[in-house]
Amino acid sequence: MEQLALFNAFPRWTVTTLTRHLRQLLESDASLKDVWVEGEISNLARPASGHIYFTLKDSGASLRCVMWRNEATRLRLTLQDGLAVDVHGSISIYEAGGQYQLYADTIRPLGEGALYQEFLRLKAALEAEGLFDATRKRPIPQFPRRIGIVTSPTGAALRDMLNTLRRRLPITEVILAPTSVQGDEAPAGIISALQSLNRISAPDVILLARGGGSIEDLWAFNDEKVVRAIIESAAPVISGVGHETDFTLADFAADLRAPTPTAAAELATQVDVLELKASLAEIGGVLSSKIAALVQVQRESAAWLDNRLKFTSPERRLQTERQRLDEMSRRWYAAQVHGLQFAQEKFKGLENRLLALSPLAVLRRGYAVITKNKKVVTSTSQIQIDDPLTVRIQDGEFNARVMGNG
Amino acid sequence: MAKTETKPIDKLTFEQAYAELEAVVSALETGEQPLDEALALFERGKGLTKHCAELLDKAELKIQKLSGETLEPFEEKE
Repeated sequence: MEQLALFNAFPRWTVTTLTRHLRQLLESDASLKDVWVEGEISNLARPASGHIYFTLKDSGASLRCVMWRNEATRLRLTLQDGLAVDVHGSISIYEAGGQYQLYADTIRPLGEGALYQEFLRLKAALEAEGLFDATRKRPIPQFPRRIGIVTSPTGAALRDMLNTLRRRLPITEVILAPTSVQGDEAPAGIISALQSLNRISAPDVILLARGGGSIEDLWAFNDEKVVRAIIESAAPVISGVGHETDFTLADFAADLRAPTPTAAAELATQVDVLELKASLAEIGGVLSSKIAALVQVQRESAAWLDNRLKFTSPERRLQTERQRLDEMSRRWYAAQVHGLQFAQEKFKGLENRLLALSPLAVLRRGYAVITKNKKVVTSTSQIQIDDPLTVRIQDGEFNARVMGNG
Repeated sequence: MAKTETKPIDKLTFEQAYAELEAVVSALETGEQPLDEALALFERGKGLTKHCAELLDKAELKIQKLSGETLEPFEEKE
């Protein structure tokens, strides 16, 4: 067995170890872990396992490819032999088959790469024009009374948005501007929908939305004219196109970008019905406290006025007048009383004077009144000797006889 | 500055009622009305608040569809 010893000087491989070594060699090359390969599909096989097997060919070579079921179920593209595609994945070796192959994770129609380049070019151009500037973004109204929706009338996106709006703010009015959102006619449809919506309905905000799809499906939202129509929209636009990871030029142009249609409807209703009710209750409270304060102020000022009023009231003047009247009447009465006393005194004086003039008063001074046959004797010629006479003095009368000349 | 709204409250849309409510509150906040006017504003505000709350309670999303230049009701397909 000397020959064997000779061979022992070289490394000993089994098929397996060699193949594994080659595999590790390939896998250690970082540039082979992330490759885009362009070619034409042939030998396409889709067994029940769900994995996809095909060969990628061009005029000079061929490359075995496999796409595992996980990635295959996410594939939106319908594969067929002869289709020109871009395939992304990593290069490795299938040890059992002894074949190096491309483990594919993404397959795009050939030209989509070019589409992406076009996307980047247009984005840069519009960006340079300032169309995506943050300063251009208009504020989204907190409480939109009317929401415009530009989307397909049959898509799940519309249903999601309507459900969200119904749940959050059913007081809102929704105006749908239906349009196709996919295909050649989509850009013109979207532009026309935006324009009519603004012209006819003047919504407070517009939701521009579409459910998920391939980059080609979403391509209408990368159309330059669509971008300009969004910029020119009178109402602010919220975009909700595709999934969270999809960015379109419409998203950059929109005043607000939502990751999904549902999120767009949520962003359009920053205030929901519960918050509105709370704010109504608060307004009610503000009203009540305002009016209570006002009433209090008025009450105080009324009390003050009342005080002032009392000083100038007719009542008070009346009291004054009444007082004056009392005064006058008192004085009048006094005057009356005084007048009477005066009259009485005057009368008494008169009476006294009258009494003084009475002959009886003279009699008190010792005088007598002599009458003959009831006639007052005032002359000696009226009497003769022996004539009977009546003499009246102060306290009575007596008879007397004339005796002779005095 | 006091605007005289005479439209019956129950004829107002939520939008109108809410806008007027905001006007009433800010008018009252200036506090420059005579008392009777302020009380009238307050009563109006209370009515508007109630009306808004009622409208919210019974609100149903109103959906219309643009068809050419006109609006028509939109029927949702489940």
